[in-house]
Amino acid sequence: MKAFEKAIEKLLLICAITATLSVVIITLFIFKEGVSVLKDYGIVNFIFGSKWSPTNGQYGILPLIAGSLSVTLGALVIGIPTGLACAIFLSEVAHKRSAKVLKSAVELLAGIPSVVYGFFGLAVLVPGIRQYILPMVQLINKDATTSGFSILAGAIILAIMILPTIVSISENAISSVPIEYKEASLALGANHQETITRVIVPAAKSGIISSIILGMGRAIGETMAVILITGNMPKVPGSALDSVATLTGTIAMEMGYATPEHQKALFAVGIVLFIMIVLLNIAANFTLHKLGGQTND
Amino acid sequence: MTNATETFELIVPKEKKFSKMINWKTYFFYFFIYLMATVTILVLIAIIGYILINGVLHIDWEFLTSEPSKMGKEGGIYSIIIGTLYLTLVSVVIAAPIGILAAVYFTEYAKESRWIKMIRFGTEILAGIPSIIFGLFGFTFFVIFLGFRWSILSGGLTLAMMILPTLIRATEESLKTVPRSYREGSLSLGATKWQTIIKVVLPSCLSGILTGLILGIGRAVGETAAVMLTAGSSLGVPHALTDPARTMSVHLYILASEGLSREKTFATASLLIILVLIINMIANMVTQRYIKKAKA
Repeated sequence: MKAFEKAIEKLLLICAITATLSVVIITLFIFKEGVSVLKDYGIVNFIFGSKWSPTNGQYGILPLIAGSLSVTLGALVIGIPTGLACAIFLSEVAHKRSAKVLKSAVELLAGIPSVVYGFFGLAVLVPGIRQYILPMVQLINKDATTSGFSILAGAIILAIMILPTIVSISENAISSVPIEYKEASLALGANHQETITRVIVPAAKSGIISSIILGMGRAIGETMAVILITGNMPKVPGSALDSVATLTGTIAMEMGYATPEHQKALFAVGIVLFIMIVLLNIAANFTLHKLGGQTND
Repeated sequence: MTNATETFELIVPKEKKFSKMINWKTYFFYFFIYLMATVTILVLIAIIGYILINGVLHIDWEFLTSEPSKMGKEGGIYSIIIGTLYLTLVSVVIAAPIGILAAVYFTEYAKESRWIKMIRFGTEILAGIPSIIFGLFGFTFFVIFLGFRWSILSGGLTLAMMILPTLIRATEESLKTVPRSYREGSLSLGATKWQTIIKVVLPSCLSGILTGLILGIGRAVGETAAVMLTAGSSLGVPHALTDPARTMSVHLYILASEGLSREKTFATASLLIILVLIINMIANMVTQRYIKKAKA
């Protein structure tokens, strides 16, 4: 009987390790495929090369990095205030019933597949930007042109997609601020709004920051939505109405028809993406656990 | 004594200044918060509404039961529904036992050592890896290295890895809600640890585990990038694990990016949204029952 129990424990341990083992195998195989390109082409040339033109054997991913970062930054600019406002609404302002409505709305937003977001962007935002935003911009800058496939479209859709991440983690952090903080602040004569902005939000800052970092990771890693709406033009963008290609979109678009060498280059793009994401995740973890320890647990 | 009164007066003004203290800043603050909350709900309604209004009328019996023709430009999506079900089923069947048992290990057996922390951290990292990386990995490992080709097996294994963290987390959460007294009661009656887990702990958090499974299914159904690179995008009806398949989300992507047919694209998107709504509803129902039971 005792041997059986021991065997079970070993079996469970193996299951528990599976996920970690998966990470290890994924890392190994992505690096195995991609590292030769990094070596032959030179890491500096690869990362800072300004031309991505696989048919000519040019693999500089600076335009792709610029594309990914610009779309992500745009998404954060829209997503952070919205997400934070929703989190404060849920935990501090809303009545029970309206909180419930917003909560299920945010849950549903998290459940909608990314390709559906992409399709919505393609059907509504892209023509919308071409028809309505462009004429407005042209009032200021006469030379502006856009096909509608743009950073702006990508940023708006990504902002919606990262909203659930930001809202749920921030709300958690805000709700777990000790009630004494709030009571003390109110007792000192601060009104509810001052208490929220000067006491509660600062006390929950580590959770809020890590929600933002995780949202950023989601935005950089997102593929199917951006591929349909950013235009996939590998060049460093000059304005928010320019088309860009992202790291993820390029991999997904070109993998199907790539030559062996081109494929290896795409794996190398995967390495860069992978490292960025893992670093962001570690940073989020670090902020949550190390900074401002009073808000969690 | 006078000192205390003075202090008190400093904090609480004598006249009722409270109404005046709500200045424009406060107004703007609340206005902004209500505005953003409203906008979020409206955005959700806009997305779902727009797609359903344009697509739901094109879903009929024929669309559901006939096979696609001309690259999906005409016909229905029968083979794609089958492919989606098949692939989702395979991934859940692979991931569920591993995920549940892993969660049991984390909550019931693991002691907080550095080693366990590392395993936990690995699980967290897995949850954050973007789907395209899973796709790349599945392509080079399952499709090429192990020689599974573009198939339901390759796609299912890749998806299983992706939903594993979701499952582990959900199961862990529900295991944590089982009161200690249950375990102590069972153990003191002479049951072994494993008997306690199988007969007492797991049954009492079944609905929590179920919620995790349903959420995993939701993720698998919606996944596109990883599936496209591992299960292929063949339009035929899959008959075996080694057959390639096209899922609904991949189909939607191909229709949308190639602009084949507006009607079929909206119909597919609607079906996908309806599926996600149903999955969410079931998950909510299960959770509600679970909460009621826990309270009783």
